[in-house]
Amino acid sequence: MSNSDTIVEVRDLNVTFEMNRGQSRVVRDADLDVARNETLGIIGESGSGKSMLASSFLNAVVEPGVSTGEVTYHPDDGEPVSVLDLSESELNRFRWEEIAMVFQGAMSSFNPVTTIRTHFRETLQDHNRDIPAGMDRARELLESVYLDPDRILDSYAHELSGGMKQRALIALSLVLEPDVLVLDEPTAALDLLMQRSIVTLLRDLQAEYDLTLVFITHDLPLLTKLADRIAVMYAFNIVEIGTTDDLLYNASHPYTRALLDTTPDLNVPVEEMNIIEGSKPDPVDHIPGCSYHPRCPMADERCRSDDPPMMTVSNSHESACFYYDEADDAVTISAAPETRPASGQSAATDGGEN
Amino acid sequence: MASDPMLSMDGVSVEFTDDGGVLDLFGDSETVRAVNDVSLELGEEETLTLIGESGCGKSTLGKTAIGAQKPTSGTVSYRGQDIWEARNDSKNASIPFDEIRHSLQIIHQDPGSALNPNQRILTSLQLPLKKWYPELGREEREERIHTLFERVGMSPPSDYLNRYPHQLSGGETQRAVLVRALLLNPDLILADEAISALDVSLRVEMMDLMLELQDLFQTSYLFISHDLSNARYIAEKSGGRIAVMYLGEIVEIGTVEEIVENPQHPYTKALQWATANLYEDEDDEEFPLRKIDVPDPTNLPSGCSFHPRCPNAREVCKRQHPGRIHAGGDEENYARCFRADDTHEYWHSPEIADEPPVDSP
Repeated sequence: MSNSDTIVEVRDLNVTFEMNRGQSRVVRDADLDVARNETLGIIGESGSGKSMLASSFLNAVVEPGVSTGEVTYHPDDGEPVSVLDLSESELNRFRWEEIAMVFQGAMSSFNPVTTIRTHFRETLQDHNRDIPAGMDRARELLESVYLDPDRILDSYAHELSGGMKQRALIALSLVLEPDVLVLDEPTAALDLLMQRSIVTLLRDLQAEYDLTLVFITHDLPLLTKLADRIAVMYAFNIVEIGTTDDLLYNASHPYTRALLDTTPDLNVPVEEMNIIEGSKPDPVDHIPGCSYHPRCPMADERCRSDDPPMMTVSNSHESACFYYDEADDAVTISAAPETRPASGQSAATDGGEN
Repeated sequence: MASDPMLSMDGVSVEFTDDGGVLDLFGDSETVRAVNDVSLELGEEETLTLIGESGCGKSTLGKTAIGAQKPTSGTVSYRGQDIWEARNDSKNASIPFDEIRHSLQIIHQDPGSALNPNQRILTSLQLPLKKWYPELGREEREERIHTLFERVGMSPPSDYLNRYPHQLSGGETQRAVLVRALLLNPDLILADEAISALDVSLRVEMMDLMLELQDLFQTSYLFISHDLSNARYIAEKSGGRIAVMYLGEIVEIGTVEEIVENPQHPYTKALQWATANLYEDEDDEEFPLRKIDVPDPTNLPSGCSFHPRCPNAREVCKRQHPGRIHAGGDEENYARCFRADDTHEYWHSPEIADEPPVDSP
């Protein structure tokens, strides 16, 4: 339920594409609340609908896709904004100033024939901002992502490494002081060392600039180092959501548990590594009942006919499984410790509430 | 065995020079030493995994190992025969270059672009057989391909073989490419980031398949990966070693235990920090690098190449280039870091005064 701490509220969101072989529904009746100043991770395999869900926060689903339902943005002060009803010109202002988005391909996000400085300057100009003050902020942002502003601003995108470009893009996305930053696989094409470095930087940026971060990825271990809460997507909807600790130590959806179990982990003996049997569903198909039942070891008659609603596991934790309290016995996670650490993980629990 | 190893590289360096082209007459020529003085041996059915950041030279080293890239200096030998001598002076070669070439195979990172998009899988897969086994009839060729397809779990084979590459999933394409390499019964397969493009859930399956086929075909593997957890999986299951590359050099090489459990080189430790674990991670707030970005490879740092990023660097690291330090009396495995040597002057050297952590392009 929405309350004063919610910054983005999603209700009954559907994203559809009309295709020759039928209607492709890539997000199906999704509900989601993003809390102010939290870091929410959205995880799922490729094709699970996670990018489409997040793109809807800015009504940025690419043509011919259509988002329907409600996406409400609650600014710090002022009236709630119904994002899907904004006009083109309202959207242009809304994007970047309220919610900014960083895409995977930093390479193609920059114009190859203008300098990085021009990108910052034009962004400020188009949004009628004070340019000298904005450029000061740009320099400050570049420094906070470990880039030397004097050199970077006069460079062209091709002169920078992938990691530098991605960091410059994060700085650029924050130059208009948005409250929410949506990052779609921002580290996917980069080295692990750069990925982890960027995640560490994002954590610092979030605290420094009071940001709400929405981080979309298929990399669960990386996400656990950053996210306060994690939403797991399977077959075009959220199947489980909870704090990072809820998911790590008490995952209550068989898919989440299978995902945790198949994640390579340096601490797990190699003999105990497993795979998820079966294949992911086609967005054109309609699977009766629970969308995971064809791959689920717990599935029974009820799962094949009824679609499970979100069930409450705890205050902070929901799972779309009829048998959420039996999932831990049905799907074991070889890397998981016997008991949940009492104090909770430092990285995952602070920052979320305030 | 006393005989020559299947593959050996001795003091191999590879340089690339950019002379700026004709339009850039007054520009400086820039030389990148992609591989710097690497010596390695690989035996029968042995597995070696190379890891490092992009641009560290791991792909160049891999291609040099299979004779697809000529080293600037040093030698690469297949069963004692220098590959490049065999190529240039075929009369005196004990093993003809053609035989070497088809004994050393490669599978690429992006399997989709390794197959002709306009040809059916079967047509693409017949090509290597036609070239190297011209005596085979069409039926025999198809039979070999069918058998291998069954073997890698693509069954019934004719279903897959009559499709075009875009009609296969990523995992299926990668298996088709693996079959193509195996058709020639190679001694070594270079798998250059062969599983990086696959979904996480498919990677373990693909690695298992490759290792299973290793037993069957007695193939050696040179795996290239940027991911320590994949490297560790392969190395531990196959009993092979892991080599860590940084700016063209192997900075540490050893068994899984040495590299994963007890790394000596600060760079290996940084890679380990980068490989996030779900559970029981030590508190890792501490940033294990002084700088995020890799220095310009055309202008390598003095002394130890890693010193500008190394959290443990001291003054001596700016001056001296660390050699291979074999800790614990091991002859093959080593780390290029003074910290592996308890008696080195490093321990009395002053720490480097702090420089700003920003990077420049």
